[in-house]
Amino acid sequence: MTSLISRPRARRHDDTPDSHLFPTREYDLVKEFVVAFAVVLGLTLLLAAVFSSPDRRAITLRSWAAAAPNDVVATATAELAGTSASATYGPPYNSAADGQQIGPVPLAKWIGVHVPINSAYDLVITPLRQQTGDPALASAVRQWQATPPAQRTKQAQAYADALAAVPGGNPRRVSAGSYGPVPELAGGLLRLARSGGLDSALTPESSFYAADQTKALLLLSDGAYLENQARAENLGGDQWGMMNEVGNYPGQPWMWLYTFWYQIEPFSSSGNADALVWGLMVLLSLGFVFLPYLPGVRSLPRYLGVHRLIWRSYRATAASRERPR
Amino acid sequence: MNDADELVSRNWTTRFRRRVTGVVPRGQWLPDRQPAYVSSWIYVFGVVTLAAFLVVLASGIALAVGGSAWWHTSAFGHFLNSMHLWSVEIFFAAMVIHLWGKFFMAAWRGRRALTWITGAVAFLGSIGTAFTGYLSQSNFDSQWISTQAKDGLNAVGVGAFFNVLNPAQMLLWHIVLLPVVVGALVVAHVVLVRRHGVVPPIDAHPPIVAVRLPEAESSGGGEEVRAFEAITDVRTTVRITAESRPEHTP
Repeated sequence: MTSLISRPRARRHDDTPDSHLFPTREYDLVKEFVVAFAVVLGLTLLLAAVFSSPDRRAITLRSWAAAAPNDVVATATAELAGTSASATYGPPYNSAADGQQIGPVPLAKWIGVHVPINSAYDLVITPLRQQTGDPALASAVRQWQATPPAQRTKQAQAYADALAAVPGGNPRRVSAGSYGPVPELAGGLLRLARSGGLDSALTPESSFYAADQTKALLLLSDGAYLENQARAENLGGDQWGMMNEVGNYPGQPWMWLYTFWYQIEPFSSSGNADALVWGLMVLLSLGFVFLPYLPGVRSLPRYLGVHRLIWRSYRATAASRERPR
Repeated sequence: MNDADELVSRNWTTRFRRRVTGVVPRGQWLPDRQPAYVSSWIYVFGVVTLAAFLVVLASGIALAVGGSAWWHTSAFGHFLNSMHLWSVEIFFAAMVIHLWGKFFMAAWRGRRALTWITGAVAFLGSIGTAFTGYLSQSNFDSQWISTQAKDGLNAVGVGAFFNVLNPAQMLLWHIVLLPVVVGALVVAHVVLVRRHGVVPPIDAHPPIVAVRLPEAESSGGGEEVRAFEAITDVRTTVRITAESRPEHTP
C-alpha cells in the first residue's frame, strides 16, 4: 500500500513519524509501574537484609593520635614549617600557590581565597593557645609568636628534617638541634589530640553548633595516616578509588569515566591533572547532554544496528503484515 | 472574536489551564494503549528507574526523620541506610541500561531532543546527589572522599563555594537542593515522554492513514482521499481504487 504514496522529494532532516500514527496494542502502564516498584522494593529489602551496608567509623583526631602519634607530630611540624599540603595549597585556602590551570586559564586563582586557612595558626597555634594549665606549652606558643617568621620556618624545617632522619619519625630519637619551640608545639598538639580536645578545638570558634569540619579534615589529610588507611581499602586515586567502597561493597561505578582519566597519561603525571580532568569531563558531559545536536554521533545508533535487536519482534510482525497475500 | 472569547483570552487562569492541559495530547497522560513497537524488555528500565527513584526518596526521607547521624547507633537506622544504598545502586543500574537503550534507539528523534536533555541532566544531577550523599555519611568514607574530591573541585574554583569539607553544607545539598532539581527533571522528562509518545523504530513508517474527504463523496470511478504518511505535514493526494482502499483506518 505504501507504494501508492509518492515520497516527498526532499527528505527533511528528521523525518521520524508521529508515534500516534502507528497501530497500538494494549499496555497497562499502572500495572507495569506497580510491578516494577514491588520488584525494586523487594530486591532492595533483600539486598539490605543480606549484605547490609558499610559504615566504618570516622577517624577522630584522638584515634589518629593513638594509632600514629609520630604522624601527628610530623604533620604539626609540617604545618609550622609551611610545607604541608594545606599550607602550600593555594586557592581557595590561601595564596601560597596559584592553584591548577587548564592550559593558560587559572580558574582557581581567578576565583581566589574564599575559605581562608593559615595552616600554622589555624591548625596548630590557635588550638594550642586555647589550652590552659600547661606552662611549658604556653611558653612555647609565646616564643613562637615572638620569633620572626623566617626564623620560625627555619626552626620548623630543621625539626622536620630531623624527624625524617630517625626511624619511624620518632621524636624521642631526634638529636638535639636549633628547633626553637617547635618540638614543644608539635608534642603539645599530640597531647591535645590524645586528650580528645583537638577535635573540638578545630571547629569554628564562632558557633556553638559547629558543623564545618574543614580545618579538622585538612589537618587529618595533611598527615599520612588517613591515606594509608584508605589505600589499605583500595581507595587510592591510582587504585580506581573513586569507584570503590570500603570492604567488598559496590561503590560508585558510575564514576568510572571520571576516575579512568587519572589512570592514563598525560593526566596521571600532570600537576594540573584535577583541572584537566574536570575540564575534559565538562566537555564530555556537554557532548552527552547535547548529543542530539552532534552531527555524526547522533547518527551512530542507525549504523550500530542495536535498534534492529530492540525492535526485532515489531519488525517481524510488520514484515509479515506487508507480505503480499 | 466576540466579547466572551476576548474576556476568556485575557483570563490568566484560563490561559494557564489551556497551557497546562495542552502539554500532553488528550488521552496520553495515562493511556491504556501504546504503539505496537513498544514490545521489548528495554522499555521496562525507564519504569524501573522511576520505581527505584521513589524507593531512594522514601528510604532517604525515613533516614532524615531521625537526623543525620542516628543510623550509626541504631540497627533499624542502619537497615534503612542499607536500603538507601542498595536502592541507589539499583537506580543507577536501571538508569544506565535505560540510557544506553535510548541511545541505541536514537530516542531524540522526532523533536524529542529535550526529552533526552532532561534525562541526561537528571543522570548527571543524580551523580551529584549520590556524591553529596557519600559526603553526608559522617564516617570514614565521608572523610576520605571529601578530602580527595576537594582537589578536583578546588582546581576549577568550584570549591570556593561548594565546600566538600563542610558536611552540613553537603547534607543540605543532598537532602534538599539536588533532590528538588533531580525530581523536577524527572517530572519534566516523564511529561515530555507522554507529550511526544515513545519514539518509533528507526526508518519505520506507519501504515497509511486515510481520511475520507467530504468533497470526495460525490466523485465517481474512485475516491479522493488524503493520505497522511509518516510525518503529518507530508500530505500527498492520491487516487485509489476501491480494491486498494486502505484497511487500516483509525
